[in-house]
Amino acid sequence: MKPEPKLVRGTPLDEKALKRGKTFSVTYEPRLRYGWDTGQAISRYLAELKEGRLIARSCRKCERVMIPPRMFCERCFRPTDEWVYVKDTGKIFTFSLCYVSWDVRRLKQPEIPAVIEIDGASPGMGILHVVKKIAPGKVRIGMAVRAVWRPKAKRIGSVTDIAYWQPIKN
Amino acid sequence: MPDGVAIIGVGFTSLQPSTPHLSFKELMFEAAQKAYLDAGVQPNEIDSFVTCAEDFNEGLSIFDEYTPDQLGAVQKPMHTLTQDGLHGIADALMQIRSGIAELVVVEAHSKASNVKTPEWLLDYALDPIYNRPLGFNPHAVAGLEMNVFLHETGIRAEHCAQVAAKNRRNALRNPVAAYPLALTPMHVESSPYVAYPLREAEIAERADGCVVVVLANEARAQRSQSKAAWICGVGFANDSATLESRDWVRAEYVRIAAERAYRQAAIQNPREIRLFEVDDTYAYKELQHLIALGLYSEGAEAGRSLEAGETKPDGKIPVNVSGGALGMGLPLEASGLYRVVELVLQLRGQAGARQLPDIRLGLAQSWRGVPTTSGAVVILGTERPQ
Ligand SMILES: [Zn+2]
Repeated sequence: MKPEPKLVRGTPLDEKALKRGKTFSVTYEPRLRYGWDTGQAISRYLAELKEGRLIARSCRKCERVMIPPRMFCERCFRPTDEWVYVKDTGKIFTFSLCYVSWDVRRLKQPEIPAVIEIDGASPGMGILHVVKKIAPGKVRIGMAVRAVWRPKAKRIGSVTDIAYWQPIKN
Repeated sequence: MPDGVAIIGVGFTSLQPSTPHLSFKELMFEAAQKAYLDAGVQPNEIDSFVTCAEDFNEGLSIFDEYTPDQLGAVQKPMHTLTQDGLHGIADALMQIRSGIAELVVVEAHSKASNVKTPEWLLDYALDPIYNRPLGFNPHAVAGLEMNVFLHETGIRAEHCAQVAAKNRRNALRNPVAAYPLALTPMHVESSPYVAYPLREAEIAERADGCVVVVLANEARAQRSQSKAAWICGVGFANDSATLESRDWVRAEYVRIAAERAYRQAAIQNPREIRLFEVDDTYAYKELQHLIALGLYSEGAEAGRSLEAGETKPDGKIPVNVSGGALGMGLPLEASGLYRVVELVLQLRGQAGARQLPDIRLGLAQSWRGVPTTSGAVVILGTERPQ
């Protein structure tokens, strides 16, 4: 025979009780601020974005053209060699349809984050950005896209100087 | 006797108040290149990597993820310790002793200049329920500790001022130091109080920098191109986190860590060691740590010896001949590894203008700063321990 479940005495809590301060908790708001040094590679990348250009770095040893640029090759473990301008067009390497915003609101129209392989950079070299001006159901891996830049006066030297990427119509 | 483990390469950047010309990755790459060149190793020969970093100092969560590229550690065993670099040395030692690695790299760096709210970051380390709501500047914890330390030991405020002046002055001979200055104890004693009895000039200023250390097993170290610095002993320990009831006077975390390191190194009397690089984040901490290391039986003796110049570069037991954190700058998790760099250079006879004669053993000690009681000790020597 199954034993009778024991009743545990206690004080049930509902949301109202929490709001009325019937329980103890301690809150704290962090006031941390950072200013990250962008150094050589990222600084040049951002400065070029402000001019409406994409720039990469090449490694003579493995012959890769790397974007975003870096001053060292993580495969060869040596300094990279040259600055190389690449195109502001590319192909969708992968994408997602994101139905939840960063602050967890449900979205009717999904956001479309995508990794875009840049034309002129080595295969597998891409940047994470956002695709717009296309019905979500129509996005495909391998689709050709181009950067849509913010107006020059509004660029600040940030990855958001590219407003979004849109399909190249054939 | 277990297999010997040695440091066969060090790479480091000069410490600077700020380093806007390099990203943290570029800073690490510079130190790593120098270390591998010094050790004569190729990154693809390295079996394992240990980085020491604290997410809040970096402003990046799960910081481990951001370290492999610039160390040559892509697709290799690697992990990050939320600890000072000396704990990283202990970690590497264990990996080599257990036989899973022959060559291990330890890295720690500081981009302290990128933290725009250092006081708030320290505040975040205080107990959120008992301590934080009171709203004190976290340096007050050091003021509280220093006050009772002076009261109980008989060490006087002017002794602490002498430590600050000595270390800033020592840094004049260290080309990588960020804050060298011909400071006198009188200057220190005329600097304003931050948290009585602690004065502004007795607090190490933060600095940016990076150290990479290459450790090798015995076989590898025996055929190393650079002179090996053998690890003779390692220890680490913590006291209680509770501010209100821990030992404020004695740095027990250092005493315990040192006891273990001395036992491994078969050192009966710490004065067999003639070179000490110890934590001096606050000037009084140098004295507190020296007592915990067993160099003085009680406080008054530490004070008298300081006055007699025993811890100066030409004294019997030179302490922080590098300039310490007061003279070199405080590079967060890299603090302990800059102490190790000094030992390695001195043991090799490569310390330039500050080279001490005939150094065969050296001790480095770290502390993680207020409000922690986290400390570590590493003893290095020119001879493989018997
Ligand atoms: Zn390469």
